[in-house]
Amino acid sequence: MKLAQPDAKMLQEVGDLAEVRGRSLWADARARFFRNKAALAGLAVLIGVCLFAAFGGLIAQYERDFVDFSLMGANAYQGSPSIATGHYFGVDIDGRDLYARTVQGTRISLLVGIVGALVAVVVGTLYGATAGYIGGRVDNIMMRTVDVLMSIPFMFVLILMLVIFGRSILMLFIGIGLISWLDMARIARGQTLTLKNKEFVEAAVATGVTPLTIILRHVVPNLLGIVIVYATLLVPQMIIFESFISYLGLGVQEPNTSLGALMSLGTKQMNNGTLWMLFYPLFFFLITLFAFFFVGDGLRDALDPKDR
Amino acid sequence: MADPILSIRDVSVTFDVRPQGAWPWTPSLKLHAVSKLSVDLMPGETLGLVGESGSGKSTLARAVIGTIPQSGGQILYEGRDLAQMTPQETRRHRRDVQMVFQDPLAALNPRMTVGDIIAEPLITHEPRTPRQEVKSRVAEIMDKVGLLPNLINRYPHEFSGGQCQRIGIARALILKPKLLVCDEPVSALDVSVQAQVVNLLRELQAEMGLSMIFIAHDLSVVKHISDRIMVMYLGCPMEVGPARAVTATPRHPYTQALIASVPIPDPVREAARYRPVLEGDLPSPLSPPSGCVFRTRCPKAQPSCAQARPAMEAADPDRLVACPFQEVEEVLAEA
Repeated sequence: MKLAQPDAKMLQEVGDLAEVRGRSLWADARARFFRNKAALAGLAVLIGVCLFAAFGGLIAQYERDFVDFSLMGANAYQGSPSIATGHYFGVDIDGRDLYARTVQGTRISLLVGIVGALVAVVVGTLYGATAGYIGGRVDNIMMRTVDVLMSIPFMFVLILMLVIFGRSILMLFIGIGLISWLDMARIARGQTLTLKNKEFVEAAVATGVTPLTIILRHVVPNLLGIVIVYATLLVPQMIIFESFISYLGLGVQEPNTSLGALMSLGTKQMNNGTLWMLFYPLFFFLITLFAFFFVGDGLRDALDPKDR
Repeated sequence: MADPILSIRDVSVTFDVRPQGAWPWTPSLKLHAVSKLSVDLMPGETLGLVGESGSGKSTLARAVIGTIPQSGGQILYEGRDLAQMTPQETRRHRRDVQMVFQDPLAALNPRMTVGDIIAEPLITHEPRTPRQEVKSRVAEIMDKVGLLPNLINRYPHEFSGGQCQRIGIARALILKPKLLVCDEPVSALDVSVQAQVVNLLRELQAEMGLSMIFIAHDLSVVKHISDRIMVMYLGCPMEVGPARAVTATPRHPYTQALIASVPIPDPVREAARYRPVLEGDLPSPLSPPSGCVFRTRCPKAQPSCAQARPAMEAADPDRLVACPFQEVEEVLAEA
């Protein structure tokens, strides 16, 4: 059978000229991730929580620091959650709108988690990859430094820092940034040690590629799978860490708040019958953590198919 | 005769090995991977390196490309010692000497596209090349090694072993090097693909005027591609000579044993021939035998072999053998 002229021409193009787009390992991993229902559900919840944190304030009827003096101390019987009054999540003991405060608390908690994970990814990965790739004495010094930092009880140091330099969000970020990258550096170094003996790294060395380029072009992209998985599992860890500090009353200061601080206030008022003060922050805290864990598990399965 | 492109003179490579559970101040053990080896390589020539696993072939290759420092002797590339090169000379050496690796897939970064992999030496040494030219040169070299240029955006895991090895060859050849070091380039491939890759290397060599060091533990492959063969054992040269002469009339007892181990595809002749089989394993390179390193497994060993390392004696012109009791085993000549 003879092909029509345009068909033949197209076949020719397909055979000779058109560049075939390859499926990268990232594309494969993405496909595997999207087949994982639990991870997808986690991702959806996470997007929902992020939208709530970012835009939830737009539908709030009250400012988060507006004190309704008529409700102060009377929230147990006049400030319960209600659409009609505009206090969707009720009012806290000081007469402030809990909805607006939960939005802000979620925002701060997410921010803390993501900043911690970002510091870990950038600093920890580069630090670990450099130590592992250079090896020898440099590796020894760099990793012993990490060991020393890890052996310091950080909760104690952070509490001292917050007491000495004043309690501020910036101090909290610095404290969390200081500890979050240590584990990541160890993980990245271990992976780099196995990678640097691979032949493609040797090929790059033999060609004369500089060490920095090798780390950035050959080592880090191959580390990234594990780093991403660990980072998604690190975010909830950081949120819990911040909540604990805030629960102790040392973290975020009024009028700002975080989920940990809100839960702290909520538990103190449990005897008053204002359970919504505990319930709403706790709900957002839990679904955020669960969502991060599910997404992390999904990413691990997607990026590391051999381990399944 | 022209000057050799590569001249290896009394080169030794040793590695420090920390003994198990040693104190920090106990001295390291020395592993002698290559000891006092000399050989020259002429422009356009192919030198085959043969020997068992652990005989130092790959170490020698890495010393030649400069990723492992030699601990003694000199490696002269175009008359310049590798150990004393200025940074510019090192860059030129890195550019002119390229390597093809054993495991085709492991030698390619799984996160990079084939086009990026092949272009890497080019953008490393000529960073100002315009993107369009990089692409056209990658396409040109892919065509030359028998890959369709439209596969440029694919990833290494989407290729077969033979294709991956072609990618590795394309990467090594894109800068038009003068010396290509092939470290067992075909041992991980199927026999049918082996022949394709070896023939491809031969064609490219003839076309580009490359010098080549070709490592294999399979004598028949080496015989096919090499002009000269060097047989190595425990880091020492045993026999050097023209490929045909070494395989047809091996003189060193080790070469004879190696050739006897190559099966003949004819059951009658295979059963009839004399096969001196080597007993035992390679001795530890941490404490090589005194004198001739092969004497522990040599069928012709004499007490005098333990005294001093035998010198490389010229048997024929162009032929050096490190054994005072050399003789031609006629039975083996058939292989």
